[in-house]
Amino acid sequence: MLEIKNIHKTFNPGTINEKHALNGVSLTLDDGDFVTVIGGNGAGKSTLLNAIAGTWQVDEGNIIIDGIDVTKLPEYRRARYLGRVFQDPMNGTAATMEIQENLALAKRRGKIRTLLPGISGKEKEEYKELLKILDLGLESRLTAKVGLLSGGQRQALTLLMASLKKPKLLLLDEHTAALDPKTAAKVLETTDTIVARDSLTTLMITHNMRDAIAHGNRLIMMMNGKIIFDIKGEEKKKLTVEDLLHKFETVSGEEFANDKALLS
Amino acid sequence: MGLTLAALADAMPGAVAQGLIWSIMAIGVYITYKVLDIADLTVDGSLCTGGAVCLMMIVNGHDVWVALIGATLAGGACGLVTGLLHTVMGIPALLAGILTQISLYSINLKILGQSNRGLMAIAYDLPVTSREVNDALIFLAITAVLIIVFLYWFFGTERGCSLRATGCNENMAKAQGINTNVNKVIGLAISNALVGLSGALLTQYQGFADINMGRGAIVVGLAAVIIGEALFGRLFKNFALHLLSVVIGSVFYYIVLQTVIWLEFDPDLLKVLQAGVVAVFLAFPYWKGKYFKKIKTSKKGGVTNAGN
Repeated sequence: MLEIKNIHKTFNPGTINEKHALNGVSLTLDDGDFVTVIGGNGAGKSTLLNAIAGTWQVDEGNIIIDGIDVTKLPEYRRARYLGRVFQDPMNGTAATMEIQENLALAKRRGKIRTLLPGISGKEKEEYKELLKILDLGLESRLTAKVGLLSGGQRQALTLLMASLKKPKLLLLDEHTAALDPKTAAKVLETTDTIVARDSLTTLMITHNMRDAIAHGNRLIMMMNGKIIFDIKGEEKKKLTVEDLLHKFETVSGEEFANDKALLS
Repeated sequence: MGLTLAALADAMPGAVAQGLIWSIMAIGVYITYKVLDIADLTVDGSLCTGGAVCLMMIVNGHDVWVALIGATLAGGACGLVTGLLHTVMGIPALLAGILTQISLYSINLKILGQSNRGLMAIAYDLPVTSREVNDALIFLAITAVLIIVFLYWFFGTERGCSLRATGCNENMAKAQGINTNVNKVIGLAISNALVGLSGALLTQYQGFADINMGRGAIVVGLAAVIIGEALFGRLFKNFALHLLSVVIGSVFYYIVLQTVIWLEFDPDLLKVLQAGVVAVFLAFPYWKGKYFKKIKTSKKGGVTNAGN
């Protein structure tokens, strides 16, 4: 479903702030893979997701989604294949627009926007049903402005929007990091529900090792712009936080001490 | 002279007519400033372009209605240029607008052939003239309503919704597969088309086009948007009503202006007054934010101190 071949990205090349954020990353995801991504700050996790989403062009390498080479496509053209949820709950929705209008925008992802009505009566009924999955009572607030919702509600809505038109690949960039623990757990639960319902191929970044182990069928660890650890299937099921910490220690050596706090 | 109420009452229909003419421009400003979140300074030039094109087409024997359409398209072309400068050439929107505006000064001079040209209202069958204010008022009110209806429809379409999303949250819009650059160009073109139409109607009303007629137009537009919001912001939630509040804001602005003139305020100082009022209203949200921020930081400070 997703094939990444040896991608490189350097920010601010030739300056004192030069940062080799992606250092030859290669990754292949099978249909229906749910991959969690962990790593310390600056490891390149978000950079990897942004490279796939097309926030900017990579310096080298290729990105292929479902057999289509999207390496040179601008962000809005790739969006037809991707569902995205951002770390900042404010980022994934349009605050001044209604809940149903946001959903209608997502429903038309990758489609040319015409002069037909932006939302139909039939859709409204459909959205009412879909919002029930979130169990947040939003189904009775279709015309409420999204700006009135809490961070957790907005994140759950963004998740629903990302899956409204089935994406080839779902990109979750620490989408629970800005939420309180209870809300975070709820949004993660919804994530599992939606991913399982549509058997979505998913890439989920998290700072939380327990979440990384508990969710998905595969786990990768990144450091210094490279994938340093990749585990799946039965092996992943047996994985513990201690195993991960140990693994991290062996690969990174002394850097571990600095990143320990961030990974726990 | 003297402050007779009769003189003020006599001036009111004219003030309302001017307010309605400028409200069409103000609706254009609303589209860029409020919907797209771009401060577009093209309007100071495109208003005159609309007036100049309309005047020259009428003088050269074209039908008045064709001239109005021509002025609207010319205004739209000005917005298109700003949009392309911004999206294709990557120039910040504010600067792109200024570049178009300054080049329009030369272009407008070339269209008019001189810096000021009159239009004989008696010689043509104009829908809007200061000689027939009542007819003008009816025509302008209908025009404003039709424009609001059109925009209400447009911003409810798939394309219109995607335009609103572009202005509200560009990241989100791109993630939903929306080509935000195309939308910005479309928005700027529609906005300046309305400004061009407004300039054409103003030229007909006052009976001349002048190279400086658009100077400070953006300030009038912002004033109308801000006044409309202050008067009806809490009351009106619907998009069409928002646009209506802009129209009322513009009319209100011209009534106040007329009253200030009636009070024998030095006309030379009007623009200072105008800018001052808009500046204070624009500063309001900032002051509000600063005030609330202060409370927040002082709370935080308290917590830190307790921790220490």
